[in-house]
Parts: sequence; C-alpha cells; structure tokens
Amino acid sequence: MGAGHGGPLGSAYVARDSVVHRLPAHVSLVAVVGFALVVVATPVRTAWAPAYAGYAVLVLAAAALARVPAARLARGLVVEVPFVVFALLLPLVARGPRVEVLGLSLSEGGLVAAGGLLAKATLSVLAATVLAATTTPQDLVRGLQRLRLPAVLVQILSFMVRYADVVTGELRRMRVARESRGFRGRGPGALRVVAGTAGALFVRSYERGERVHLAMLARGGDGRLPTGPAVAVPARAWLTGLALPLAAGAVLAAGMLGA
Amino acid sequence: MCNKVARGTAPAAPAGRSLEVRVHVPDGFLDAPTSLATGALAAGAVTLALRGARRELDDRAAPLAGLTAAFVFAVQMVNFPVGAGTSGHLVGGALTAVLVGPWTAVLCMTVVLLVQAVLFADGGLTALGTNVTLLGLVAVGVGYGVFRLLVWLLPRTRTGLLAAAGAGAFLSVPAAALAFVGLFAVGGVADVSLTAVLAAMGGVHVLIGIGEALISVAVLGAVLSVRPDLVRGAAHLLRPADLATRPGLRAGETVR
Repeated sequence: MGAGHGGPLGSAYVARDSVVHRLPAHVSLVAVVGFALVVVATPVRTAWAPAYAGYAVLVLAAAALARVPAARLARGLVVEVPFVVFALLLPLVARGPRVEVLGLSLSEGGLVAAGGLLAKATLSVLAATVLAATTTPQDLVRGLQRLRLPAVLVQILSFMVRYADVVTGELRRMRVARESRGFRGRGPGALRVVAGTAGALFVRSYERGERVHLAMLARGGDGRLPTGPAVAVPARAWLTGLALPLAAGAVLAAGMLGA
Repeated sequence: MCNKVARGTAPAAPAGRSLEVRVHVPDGFLDAPTSLATGALAAGAVTLALRGARRELDDRAAPLAGLTAAFVFAVQMVNFPVGAGTSGHLVGGALTAVLVGPWTAVLCMTVVLLVQAVLFADGGLTALGTNVTLLGLVAVGVGYGVFRLLVWLLPRTRTGLLAAAGAGAFLSVPAAALAFVGLFAVGGVADVSLTAVLAAMGGVHVLIGIGEALISVAVLGAVLSVRPDLVRGAAHLLRPADLATRPGLRAGETVR
C-alpha cells in the first residue's frame, strides 16, 4: 500500500504545509474548475500561444507555492497519454489546407487543433493534479458538500471514500491468496478464477454495506450524516484561492482586447 | 480512450498486451456548449437517479451505493485475462446495473467518475458532465435496456440471464463510443472526417465490448452461484424454497 492512511484514493495527496494546502477544499475546487473553464474558453489559434504560456506559468506557480514535487506533476500527466496519441494523429487525418513538414503532408487546421487540444488537456490536468495533491479525499467530500452537491450523493461519495481502501485491501488479499496457491493468470481458465474473485468482492462489499447500515441504525442513525457547523471562510482565503482563475481570466481578457 | 495505468494497489498485470482503453474525455476536447449541454443532461439524470435509487434500495441507499461504488472503483483496477494473451478491464456500467439496478448504477458510476476526475485528474473537470453522460447514462442505459429486453425474450433460465447480461455489456461499450462520436460531430474542436473517427472508435470499441461482455458474464455467473438473491436483475429467477412438512409429523409435535 505504502501511501499511509490515505489508501488508494489518498495516494495523490502530498502532505505539506503551504498556503494552497490551507485553503478550504471548496475554495480550491471552485478555483480549479474556474481555471479549467477559462482554459477551455480560450480560442484555439496560433496567435493565442502566449495566453497558453501565461496559463502554464500560473498553474506551475500554484504548484510551486504548494511545493508539489515535479515528479508528482509528471505522473499526473500520464492519464493524458491516449489523448497525446489522438492529437498526434490529428494533423494526419484532419481536412483542410495541407502544409509540408519534414516531408509529411499535414493538415494546417489539424496541427492547430492538436496543439490546442494538448495545451488545454495538459493545463487542466496540471491544475487538477495540484488540487488532488493539496486536498485530502475527506476534505474534498466536505468541499463538495459545501458546494451544495445533493445530500444523498455526498453520502454515497463519503461511503465510497471511506471504504475504497477497505475494498481494494480485500481485493489485494484475495490476489495474494490466489497467487500463493499457484495461480498464474494465463489461459482461458484464468478468467473464471479472476471473475470469481471479483464476484466474491461484490458480495463482500454489498454485505459490508448492509452491516454498515445496520450499525448506523443501531447507533440511532436516521439516514443523515451529521457534520459540524460549516466554518466561515475569511474573504482572504477566497481571494488567495481565486487568484489562479482570476489571473487566468485576466490573461484571457487581455487576449480578447488585444485581438 | 483513456489508458488506465496500474496505480496504488492495482494488481500487477500478468498478461502482455492489454485492452485497457476507456472513454474519459479531458478538458477542451469538446466545445463549451456541448460540455454545458451534457453537464445539464447529466445533472438532470442524476437527480432522477437519486429518486429511483431510493426505490431500489430504500433507506439503505447511501451505504449500499457507496460500497458498490467502491467495488466498481476497485474492480476497474483488475486486469482480466480475456484470451490470446490479452487482458481487459471492466468499465462496469452494465454489470452494475444488472447487480444493483439501473438507478443505483448511474449513481455509482457518477461517483466513481467524480472521484477519478477530482482525485486522479482522470477525465476533465469541465468534461465531467460529458463523461457521466457517456459512461453513466449511455453505457448503463443501453446495457440495462438491452438486458431487460433480452431477459423478456430469452428463456427464463440462468443461461438466458447471462446471455442477456453479456449482450447488454457488449453493446454498452460501442454505444458509449457512438455517443462520443455524436458529441464530437456536434462539438468537436477539430475538423476531422467523421467516418474516420467512427471507424477508429467503432473498431476498437467492438473489441473492448467483447472483453467487457466476457468479464461481466464471468463476474455475474460467480455472484449468481453464491448469492443469487443479491443480483437484482435475476429476481425473476428466484423461487421461494419449497417448504414441506416432514411426512408423518403431527400437529404440535416438536421437530427433533
């Protein structure tokens, strides 16, 4: 496991004490979604390259402020790989006027679209990686609750976050048991064995859900999760958090006026 | 379209090649109006699902759906060998719908996608609505719809049930891919010939659908043989146990 108490969900968290870490989760969430919205709203044209560079500086500054290691940011970008492949193919398959680059006939529109796609995806993934690295899963649930996510959805989410570690731990123990009995995981018979594990995992998870529900009833549960009073967030925290999307918005506005 | 790299406690993949592709749309892939429209669609559907799940699970909804979501999250990290040295992994929309009911399945997929977007940057935050629409609504809806239709048509046996679930799981994947191509046609950011996208997405996702069907049937079969009462889609197969008095037992006599 190696990730300490966080389990698989908390593996993205980087424990530090920084301005970014101290931000309330819902402020961070709003900031990152706002940043992503600004990035998505930016036109895809060659003339806008400086704006994208500006966004990159902003998000990397936030990462530096949060002291998120560069390796962590790089690992976050791995989820992007299939889209890099797609983007690399775009200039080859897109329509429109062609340009010769290194002997290849590439679509001009495709090249620009691929560049825009990569820039937008990379920037948003970086911002989301900083969010995940500075906010624990539990705080994120509280943050989403403060952002008025429907109560039942918040409860489902909080149960998932609490038990993801237990359920994946169960899965790991079943795999160790399987392999210690000589399971090699090859051939058509292996599907049945692994599927048996998954089936058992479902039965165990569902039964655990029933036990959790009964335990809640036994303790006087009424279907609501009690949470303390919401802590007031000082205006300064909002200002600090929203500095990222506001600065990005300023870059966008400057580009719009300049264009 | 999103490669799942083994992370955290993911079991090591024994097989060489793998078919781990998922449709997790990142930010900026579709234009803003399309993202907003799918976001509104997803929000509406989730609101409906919140009501529907109460019917499926009554007041146990939150813990059971939460644990099922944890199961979906965990099982998506498992590599299943699906033959010819290839392994696949589950998306799980259709399987979850057959196991716990379609409304609960929509909620579980939504929560899993939310966690993946927020905690793993996997799937864009502004594209969350799109991803919920594709993998939550379309995959679950098509998978469960086909399943119900075939359950109604096929013989009411275990084999018929598994065949129906397999067909639902198979079709759920190309259906989600088709829906993606449709969204790309409406709000794609690149001028690409649609037939090219359709051919590329279709071919790959038919293969992935076969893997999804094999895995779903195998998992469902495993659950059916241990706890058939937990499979919501198999409620019609369950008969109450035949109770009979022991021959020769007189009224009032204690059973030893």
